[in-house]
Amino acid sequence: MPGTRSRTIKRSPFDQVQQVFIYIIVAAFALMTLLPFIYVIAGSFATERELTERSFFLIPRQFSLNAYEYILNAGDVLRGLKNSFIVALVGTCINMFLSTTLAYPLSRTYFKGRNFLMMMVLICLLFPAGMVPMYMLVANGLKLKNSFWALWLPGGINMFNMIIIKNYFQGIPQELEEAARIDGANDLNIFVRIFLPLSKPALASVSLFYAVSHWNAYFNAMMYISDMSKEVVQIALRRIIFLTSMVTMDSGFDWGAFGLPPEKAVKMATTVVATIPMLMLYPFIQKYFTQGVMIGSVKG
Amino acid sequence: MSEFKSRAEASDKNTGVFLRGFLKPVNDHKWLYIFVIPGFLWMVVFCFVPMFALVMAFQNFSPYNGTTMIGAFVESPFVGFSIFKTLFTGPDFLRILKNTLTISIFSLIFYFPAPIILALLLNEIRSYPFKRITQTIVYIPHFISWVIVATLTAQMFNTSDGIILHLLKEVMGRRAPDIMSNPKLFVPMIIGQSMWKETGYGTIIYLAALASVDVQLYEAAVVDGANRFQKLWHITLPGIRGTIIIMFILKLGQVMNTGYEQIFLMQNSMNRSVSDVFDTYIYTRSVVNGNYSLGTAAGLFKSFVGMFMVIASNRFAKRFGESGLY
Repeated sequence: MPGTRSRTIKRSPFDQVQQVFIYIIVAAFALMTLLPFIYVIAGSFATERELTERSFFLIPRQFSLNAYEYILNAGDVLRGLKNSFIVALVGTCINMFLSTTLAYPLSRTYFKGRNFLMMMVLICLLFPAGMVPMYMLVANGLKLKNSFWALWLPGGINMFNMIIIKNYFQGIPQELEEAARIDGANDLNIFVRIFLPLSKPALASVSLFYAVSHWNAYFNAMMYISDMSKEVVQIALRRIIFLTSMVTMDSGFDWGAFGLPPEKAVKMATTVVATIPMLMLYPFIQKYFTQGVMIGSVKG
Repeated sequence: MSEFKSRAEASDKNTGVFLRGFLKPVNDHKWLYIFVIPGFLWMVVFCFVPMFALVMAFQNFSPYNGTTMIGAFVESPFVGFSIFKTLFTGPDFLRILKNTLTISIFSLIFYFPAPIILALLLNEIRSYPFKRITQTIVYIPHFISWVIVATLTAQMFNTSDGIILHLLKEVMGRRAPDIMSNPKLFVPMIIGQSMWKETGYGTIIYLAALASVDVQLYEAAVVDGANRFQKLWHITLPGIRGTIIIMFILKLGQVMNTGYEQIFLMQNSMNRSVSDVFDTYIYTRSVVNGNYSLGTAAGLFKSFVGMFMVIASNRFAKRFGESGLY
C-alpha cells in the first residue's frame, strides 16, 4: 500500500510489535486455509497402515501410489472427470458466446433498444423465478433430463458475469472504434478484431468463473442426471466417499485383507484428482480475476 | 424520364422517414441486432417463461393434469391462497423458518465481518511478497466445490482419526465432539465452512475500496500524532463504509437463501432437526415428492422476504446519509 510505505515518521517499538502480530494472524489464516489440502495430498500418497496408525502427519513415511492405481483401474472417477471436462468446456463456450454477444450491443450507446434490453437483464437479475419453475421447465417442459443440455442451458448467462464484460467493453476507448469504422470495418469486424482481443482480462476471468461453476456444480447434476454413464466428477466423488464409508462402518470390512484399495487413501486421492483441474487453471488466470471482480463491482 | 426520376425521389423521401425512425438504425448496425438474438431468446426461455410458471403457487398443480406442459397449467384448478395457508400452518414451517434465520443471523455476525477484518489486516502488511503469497493462498478455497469442502470436513473432523480431533485430544486430553452428527454443532460447522471457503476471496472488494482511500489523510493523521487504531477508526473505516453497507444490503437480501449445496451435503439423519431450511424444504417437497405448488409457494415467500429486506435496508441506509444500492 502506498499509504503505509510513504510514511516518514519513525515507527515506535509498540508499533512494530503490532506489526508482528498482524503478520502472525495473517500467516495463521493462510496456513489454516492450506492445511486441509496438504493433509489430503499427503494422505493420498500414504499407505493405509500409516493412515490408521499415525493420524497426524503432513509427510508420509512410506510413499505409495496404490490409491491412484485403484482410481485408474476402477474407472468411475476417470469417467466422471471426462464428463466434467466435457460439461465445463462446452458449457463455458456456450456461456461465453451468449454473454459476449449480449454484452457488446448493451455496451454501445448508439444501439437502439439498449434500454429495453437492459431492463430485461435487470428483471432476470432481480426476480429469478426460483428452483421449482426452473426444474419444471428443464425436466418436464424441455425434457432435458439425463442430457448435458440440462447443465448447459439453464445457467447459459450469468448476469453478473455478463455485466462485467459489458463494463469492460464500455471502458475501451471510442476512438479505436471510430478509426476502424473509417477504415470500412462493420460491427462484426469491430467486435471480433478490436473488442474481443482488447478484453482479454475480462474474458479470461469470466471464463474462469464459468468454468469453475460448471466443474463444481453438484446440485444441478444431482437433479437432472441419473444416468451413470453421464455422471460428473462431483457426483462420483460424493458417491465414492459415501459408499466406502458405509461399507467399512457397517461391517468392519478389512480392505487390506481382500487386496482392495486402501479406503482412506482412495477418498483422499479422489479428492485430489477432482480438485487438480481447477487449481491448474488458477495460476494462469489469477492475475486477471482480481481485475475482473473489481471492474464488475466498481461500476456494476 | 424526368417523371420517373421525381417519382423515385418522392418514394425515397417517404421511405426515408420510415427508415430514420426504425429501419435505419437496424440497417446501420444490423450485426448488433444479430448478436442480441441468442441472448434475447435465452432470457425469454430461461427467465421470463419460468416466471409464468409461478402461477403454480396459486393452483393445485400437477404435471399430469393436461396432455401437454401448457395444458397442465390450463387444466390445473386455481385455489387462491390456500397453498400459502397450507405452507404457513404446516407442521414444518416454523421449524424451517427458525433454522433458516438462525443460520443467516449467525452468518451475518461471524461470516460477514470476516473478510473486512482480513482485508484490514492485509492492508497493514508492508512486505509485498508476503502479502502476495498469502492472498494467493486465501483465494484458493473459493474455487473448490462444496462436495470437496464437505469431504475435507469429514476427513479432518473424523472422530476416529481426523487430524483436528486428534490434535485436540493430544492438547486437551479428552474425546473431542463429533461435529458431523451433533445437532448443536451444525450451525457453527456451516458458518465455519463458509468462512474457510469465502473469507479470502471476499477481501478482494474491500481491498479495492481500501486502495481508493486518500493517502494524504493518513499522512495528515500521522503528523497529528494518530496511532494505528485512531487511523483505522477515523480514516480507514469511514473510507470503506459505503462498500460495507452495499455488501450488507446484498447479504440481507439473501437471508432466506442458505444455499442448496452446502446444507444439502452436510445434512444427515442426525442433524435434520436443525439442518432443514427453506432451500432443502423446497427441493424435497417439489422435486422429490412432486408437490410443485407447495415448493413454488415456499420459493415465492422466500423471494418476497428477500426483496422486502433489500428495500427496507436500502431505505434505512439512505436515511443515515449513505448512497445505498440504488
